[in-house]
This record gives sequence, C-alpha cells and structure tokens, in this order.
Amino acid sequence: MASYVRGGTPLRDEEFRAIIKEIDRPRARYNMAAGIAYSRFLEGLKRGEILGTYCPSCRLVHIPPKIYCPYCFRYLSKWVRASDEGRVVTAVISYLSATLEKLEKPEIIGVIRLDVPGYRFTSYRFPGILHRICGASEEDVKTQRIFDARVKARWLPPDKRVGSITDIECFEVIWG
Amino acid sequence: MKTNIYVKNRVAIVGAGMTLFRRRMLETPQELAWIAAKRALDQAGLELRDIDCVVSGSAPDAFDGIHLKGEYYSEGAGAIRKPHIRVFVGGGTGVFVPIAAWWHVASGLCRRVLVVAEEKMSSAADPHPQAVFRHIWDPFMEKPLNPNLIWIFALEMHRYMHKCGVTKEDIALVAVKNKRNALDNPYAQAAANITVEDVLNSEPLVYPVNRLDISPVSDGAAALVMVSEEWARRLTDTPVWVEGIGYTLDTSYWTNRELSYPVYLKNAAEMAYKMAGIERPMREIDVAEPYDPFDYKELHHLEGLGLAPRCKAAEMTREGVTQRDGDLPVCPSGGLLGVGNPIAAAGLMKVAEIFWQLRGEAGKRQVKKSVTTGLAQAWGDLMQIGTVVILRR
Repeated sequence: MASYVRGGTPLRDEEFRAIIKEIDRPRARYNMAAGIAYSRFLEGLKRGEILGTYCPSCRLVHIPPKIYCPYCFRYLSKWVRASDEGRVVTAVISYLSATLEKLEKPEIIGVIRLDVPGYRFTSYRFPGILHRICGASEEDVKTQRIFDARVKARWLPPDKRVGSITDIECFEVIWG
Repeated sequence: MKTNIYVKNRVAIVGAGMTLFRRRMLETPQELAWIAAKRALDQAGLELRDIDCVVSGSAPDAFDGIHLKGEYYSEGAGAIRKPHIRVFVGGGTGVFVPIAAWWHVASGLCRRVLVVAEEKMSSAADPHPQAVFRHIWDPFMEKPLNPNLIWIFALEMHRYMHKCGVTKEDIALVAVKNKRNALDNPYAQAAANITVEDVLNSEPLVYPVNRLDISPVSDGAAALVMVSEEWARRLTDTPVWVEGIGYTLDTSYWTNRELSYPVYLKNAAEMAYKMAGIERPMREIDVAEPYDPFDYKELHHLEGLGLAPRCKAAEMTREGVTQRDGDLPVCPSGGLLGVGNPIAAAGLMKVAEIFWQLRGEAGKRQVKKSVTTGLAQAWGDLMQIGTVVILRR
C-alpha cells in the first residue's frame, strides 16, 4: 500500500526535537511612511488632538483619517476634530502578551466609539478606535458594567509625545 | 429563481481528499499537498495528466517561513506544466480556493481542475505560531499597542454576548458539540468528550476567551477535483454541484462598525443564495459547515448566513437543532474546533465534508436526515471577508 495512505506522520514534541530539520531566523526591519492622512493625524496627537476626515456623501467621520472615502470613493478635504471622550463599545481582559506569553498584570482593552461634536452616526458605522482602558476592574468587564461607560483619553505630558497612538496612555473610565 | 445566467458551464465536485490534521507533521508542505491531492484524484478516478488547471491556497507565508510558499508547494499540488494560481484571503482562503476554481470551470477555461489547500503552521516555532499575526495589524493605529490576535475575537465575542444576551455557557456548547462530532472523524486532531465546565475551567487567555474556546495550531492539507458538467457525467453517477458562490469584503477598520452581527457574511451569503436560487435558507439548507475557529463564531456565522434568526443561534444550539441528528446539523465534521485549524486546509475540509455528506460517504459522521443541499463557509482577512459555497446533489 502506498505510503500516502497514512495521510501524514504526526510527531510528538520529543520526536520533533530529534528529527533532522533546519532552523531559520528571518530578520527584517521596516521603515514605514505614515502617508498623507496619517501624518496629519499623528501630528495632531502631539498637540493632544484626535483628527478625522468627513465624507459629505455618506456623512461618516473617518478615524483614522483617510484622504478618500472607501465607501463613496471620493476625495475628502474636510478635517474635523473629535472629542477625546467617547463610550466603550466592547472590552476584554488580556492575560497574554503579543507573543502569547503570560502577562504579570492583565490589561483591559477595548473599542471606544469617539464623540465628534456636531456629528451623529448610526449604530452600525461610527468612528471607533482600539485602545487600552484604565480605571476599570476585571469585575467591571466580566459583569459587562463597562459597556457604554464614558471614557476620556489620558494623554502623556506634551514633552513626552512623539506622534504615536501611544501618546494616549489609555482611555480612562469616568464612572458616574 | 436562479439568476446565474452568465455562467457558461455548470461545475461539479467529483472527488475530495485530505491528510490528518495535526500539530508537528513530519511531512513538508509539498508532501502534505501531494497526499491530499493524490487522494482527491483517486476518488475522482483521474490521473494528474487529466487535469487542465490547478488552483491552490495557503495562509501567510510567515507560518512556513518560506516566502513564495505557493511556488514552493506547487509541485506537490500537481501544478507543474499547468496553469496555476494561488489565492489568499486570510482565514477565508479555504472556501475561496473552490470559488476561484469555480471561475476556471464555469468560464469554460478549464474542464478539470485540481483544488488544493495546504498549511503548516507549526513550523513557526518560537515564539508561538500566533506571533506571526503580530504583523497583520494597521502599523500606526494598532501595532503600537502590541495586540495579539485573540484580542479582536474576544472583543467581538464579548460585544456579541452583550448585544444578544448570550452567555459563556451557551458558547461553550458549540465547542462541546464540535469536539464530540470530531470523535467520529479519522482525520481529527482535537476530538474530545468534554463538558461545558471543562471549557469554562480551561486556561483564561483573553476574557471571555478560554483555551477550549479556540481551535488548535495545525498542519494539514485538503483537496478537491472540480469539473465541468460533461466531465461530471462521464466520471460519476453522483456528482455534487456547486450551485452558488459568494464572497464580499468589508473594511479592515473593524473598530468602526457594529461587531455583534457579521454584515460581511450576510452580503456574501446573499450573493450565493441568489445564484443558487435559494429564497428561504433556513428551510432549504440541510446541513452546514460555518467557520468555527472560535466557538462563538459558529453562532455569529449562523446568524450572518441567515440560518438562525439574529441573536437566536445560541437558543438553537441549546435545543439541539445543530446536533448531527438535529434539524440543521452544523459542523458534523467536528469543525475547526474538533478537526483542527490548518488555516486554508481547514476551510477546504469543510467543503469536502459537505461533499461527502451529500454523497452519503461521511461514514460515522453521516447526518441522520436525508440531505440534498449543503453550505460551507469561511471568514478571514482582518475581520473582513465572508466566503460561501453552496453544494447540491
């Protein structure tokens, strides 16, 4: 009977360590340009501002900003400033790092729907960003008390800001 | 009413094959691709020389550590001296490969197509294979926050739980069902008889996700043979027809939309239903393999596919509707949670499972009711794409 009938040869961890193999460590470093819209957005963060672009056709404010509307495919020239406050759309507790190592101190992560004064959005499309949430406990997440909670950006001091999304340390819950 | 008036040829599946799904296989990606491809050819009763074109799929090159991975495995996939294309839409790839193969046959370009999906995730050894996903994020908005992939699924799962009043217990029932179904699947990696408590008590990763809510790291391959109607009639008395295909993309800015309901999938499903002439999917689909890399995704996807009313998939699961002997058997193969998740191969495995179910060839996994129409679905890119295939015997 042909050997393919076995359909593959699973190995245990110990067996795998003993087999003949190659070990490769690709290393690559990338310098990525931030582009037209993001450059302005990141400059705004240095000043403590969250900027977006407005599409008059579908009336969405795009955050992060774009120079085009991906839905209407038109050039966007109107820049608007969002509030650094918003509401929690969803939140979780991460016990693991980016490489899946156990974290000593779990982090709370969420999606924040930002307020943009003077603009209204549907519940399906809105300006939202991913960020850390502070001022909340694991219990607040597990009981879902954190859903819809008001949050406000906690900024690094102006001299520490570099033009990165991490110029905002986290979004802090304003319980009340 | 069917609306696929521009399609030149009807397309049928006449053979399927796959490898074991396991972590740490001895075989190379080429060898895995060859095993699955050879088995599919054997079932179809064809040799490689009978094949006109090859369509293949695989997820990020970074898992195998071989950039140009498609070219690397292509000879195992039977692609030498033939027109070959590799397609990629992240996790949606497995169901997108037969969609791309469908274009080849439906257009009249090729009559007999070999369709292969291969993945070897375990080569990405150190740190965990999941670390490959560090580089899929927006480099300015998300990457600086050091996310891991489980974050986004946990965020979506929790939103779904909140919006639909679904509990972790409800969701764990999916993992229990699929891992139990996989006990009857000879290819399965993560088959088990577990309880809801086992899921809830397994290691917490990113609340609300625990270890047993997630499919494993896997290696494996799957393959199909897809042919024109003329060849289907020549080769077999029991062809399975590809009646509908659907695929649509949503934005990768997933934080800018309601996460509790997958509109990306609703649109794809509507495209496929329209082509297949299906007006009432809940009544007309007999068996389904929605994409279940996480247990909540089965519920979320059943709703996006219109196979469950919005927010009602958990109730259907509790009532046993989705069991193998239920009214709508869901993931009778064992799904990704039970069979394993070699990304592209896992999606294609779902199409193969529906093929076998419709032919009555699923052995101990055969669903109890008589089935004529089935659906397989996958999901991928950055929470973006739905890929749907509808099969009928």
